[in-house]
Amino acid sequence: MNYFLNFTCCVFFITLGCAQENSPAIETPLAIKYSFELVVDGIDIPWGMDFINESDLLVTELSGTLYRVSNGIKKVVSGLPEVYLRGQGGLLDVAIHPEFKNNNLIYLTLASSLGDNPGGNTALYQATLVGNNLEKISLLYKASPNTKKGQHFGSRIAFDEKGHIYFSVGDRGNRDQNPQDISRDGGKVYRLNLDGSIPEDNPFFSSPKAKQAVFSYGHRNPQGMTVHPDTGAIWINEHGPQGGDEINKLESGKNFGWPLITYGINYSGTPITDKTSNPKMEQPFYYWVPSIAPSGMAFSTSDVYKDWKNNLFVGSLKFEYLERLVIEGNKVVKREKILDKIGRIRNVKQGPDGYLYLGVEGKGIIKILPL
Amino acid sequence: MKITVFIYLISLGIFSSILFQNKTKKESIKAGSEIYQDFCLQCHLSTGIGVSGVFPPLKASDYLLKNTNLSIAGIKYGLKGKIIVNNEEYDGIMVRQGLDDEEVADVMNYILNEWGNKTAAFITPDQVSKISKSILE
Repeated sequence: MNYFLNFTCCVFFITLGCAQENSPAIETPLAIKYSFELVVDGIDIPWGMDFINESDLLVTELSGTLYRVSNGIKKVVSGLPEVYLRGQGGLLDVAIHPEFKNNNLIYLTLASSLGDNPGGNTALYQATLVGNNLEKISLLYKASPNTKKGQHFGSRIAFDEKGHIYFSVGDRGNRDQNPQDISRDGGKVYRLNLDGSIPEDNPFFSSPKAKQAVFSYGHRNPQGMTVHPDTGAIWINEHGPQGGDEINKLESGKNFGWPLITYGINYSGTPITDKTSNPKMEQPFYYWVPSIAPSGMAFSTSDVYKDWKNNLFVGSLKFEYLERLVIEGNKVVKREKILDKIGRIRNVKQGPDGYLYLGVEGKGIIKILPL
Repeated sequence: MKITVFIYLISLGIFSSILFQNKTKKESIKAGSEIYQDFCLQCHLSTGIGVSGVFPPLKASDYLLKNTNLSIAGIKYGLKGKIIVNNEEYDGIMVRQGLDDEEVADVMNYILNEWGNKTAAFITPDQVSKISKSILE
């Protein structure tokens, strides 16, 4: 009987713990100070985008098409490397080289079946964009081994101001082997020089057996990445299991804990671990309970929107809104729904014109307009 | 000698049909359950109830249970646009998951016989291979 009571109490408190939303609670603004317009239509899953200039942008469609959009008109870019379509894998992110004006270089991440084992894994490519064609395609990194698992390819791309490119690879559905082992790919954020070589000051450059390109590890599936406008640090968001999506501020060589520490539980409702912290591992900057399924992330740094400067914007696939996070000091002090029920938001970017652009599933690219 | 070769070929035929073909329904459902964990559960959930208005249910789903071939085509080629499931409208996108015909058959057998769903029919890879994209249009 005692045992039964204890068990009941346990279940009660676990349920209570799970049901509790992590603060601050999400708010719906009282007055709407924005609208939106569709700037690119007819893209099912607009996974990645980057701006060449104010009138031209590149957009990836997950199923394997790269578009160049000029003044709202989209054209297919030819010459793409082969894309492996499986589960969440496909054509993922695209990024313009910081010196694109001088060299016409772009970067792509995609799921690739290159290599020996059946299946696929995430690859980073560089190519020269000539009009609507890719030339001089070179493979800069290919995660291995291939696997037929459908989950967690990552992948976002970002640049710092010191000549590095960063990209993420998710744990590829193998959380027990990949994220905590720096000799294996998956569950990592990688740092390369812009030409694809490995920086000698990478944290595990001199470690025997380690993947030298690894910058940080212990990740699950990062699908948002941006640079903090003041500090220059790389910020990511990553999908947790059920509950426990995270925002992390990356630092060289740090372990972000997956799957040894997490605020989430298995989709089946069973626990993964009872630990949410470990002295050797990093705590998230913020975590979402319940999960919002974050994808895409950008800071607003322009004066286009009243009161939004330096706020962080994250897309929610699950709840179909854009989340605005107000940060003060080292803390999220306010969260707000923007464009509630707009659709599954895949990607968030600030354009060269200072406006926020979203990739929305089934719609395309929309631009947020202040009223 | 001819008879020995004949018997050898016949046995080879029988063995390979056992080894490489014809999973039992139970085996197919088990394999399908693993595919489900990997590819489907994040949206349709472990309970198969989905998310009302966003991800259609599979449990007691009239669309699934009454439209086997459409459901196969949806998994095989991806599904987009309006569908009505249990009197509720869904207008989303399920991307093609890149499953081969055997994997599609396995996951179909699983979702047709899980969460209280029951289907007498046994979906085979051969049946999946014959479903063309045009039935979705």
